[in-house]
Amino acid sequence: MSNPEGTAPVLLRGLAALLAAALGAAIAWALVTLPPSSGLRDAVAAQIPASGVAHPVTAVLLNFRGYDTLLEVAVLLLALIATWSLRLARPPAGRNSPGLVLQDLVRLLVPLLIVLAGYLLWLGAHAPGGAFQAGALLAGAGVLLTLVEGRPLGPLAPAVLRGLAALGVAVFLAVALLVMGGGRLLEYPRGQAGLLILLIEAASTVSIGLALAYLFRGDEPAPPEHRR
Amino acid sequence: MSPLLTYGVAGAVLIAIGLYALIVRRHLLRKIVALNVIGNGVFLTLVAAAPRLGTPDPVPHAMVLTGIVVAVSATAFALALAVRVRDATGAAVLPPPGDDVAGGPGH
Repeated sequence: MSNPEGTAPVLLRGLAALLAAALGAAIAWALVTLPPSSGLRDAVAAQIPASGVAHPVTAVLLNFRGYDTLLEVAVLLLALIATWSLRLARPPAGRNSPGLVLQDLVRLLVPLLIVLAGYLLWLGAHAPGGAFQAGALLAGAGVLLTLVEGRPLGPLAPAVLRGLAALGVAVFLAVALLVMGGGRLLEYPRGQAGLLILLIEAASTVSIGLALAYLFRGDEPAPPEHRR
Repeated sequence: MSPLLTYGVAGAVLIAIGLYALIVRRHLLRKIVALNVIGNGVFLTLVAAAPRLGTPDPVPHAMVLTGIVVAVSATAFALALAVRVRDATGAAVLPPPGDDVAGGPGH
């Protein structure tokens, strides 16, 4: 290998530049010549009262296209399972002892982040917010705790952790199957959509936050006696 | 050029930059970053295309939100794979075609 960290030969670089420029130009041209259209905006707006939430993006995510969101939560869980199954080495503990500033900052920030996550979760029904934004805040708290404590959560049994990571998909699937009696997958009964969406989002928030925090950490949680 | 069009063309440029780096760069971390640049270009293009006639269409916004989570999941798994490749071969680059990596540290 002549240049292990470097770039490809000149000919390949030229071809890649040509290909990339052509693709970029094609996409830009397609955008410029795109005919004006309101897309599905009016169709969504017409069905908002029946969706159980007031914010159009949340209505699309959790009701009209709930199927996409179910698969998305499943993809996140799949990434966590796949990463854990790689059996990465445990990050060496105590390599960088956290300073007093970081410790105090985490003590102040983590409760605030949890409250904010709850607020964003509730806000999602009528303003930008929702399960993913709230889950990202929880994950931020988890990353901060990982930097100080070495793990995002207290000493929980691995089975409990796996259960919490799967909670979002489990609740989402359970609701999807339970409402199937009256129609198709994820076709909420009229009047109960708002409550069901809040239930799904609350469970998803916990799982998303946990999955993202443990993806940051990388290795699979093991009980103390089985540590390698 | 309207501001929305500017964002859309910026997205197309990001896609082109990311694609070039994805092909040319050999280090896996650079390839993962390049994939993320492409992804962000796609998201920017989609969001820029949403408000073509007044109030934005919420469906592309929802698609981008879904896409961000999928991109984060894929990035996390790709980073874990890159760490594994580095552990097995000593360098975070793809081995040349035909060069079989034997084993790696067993677990």
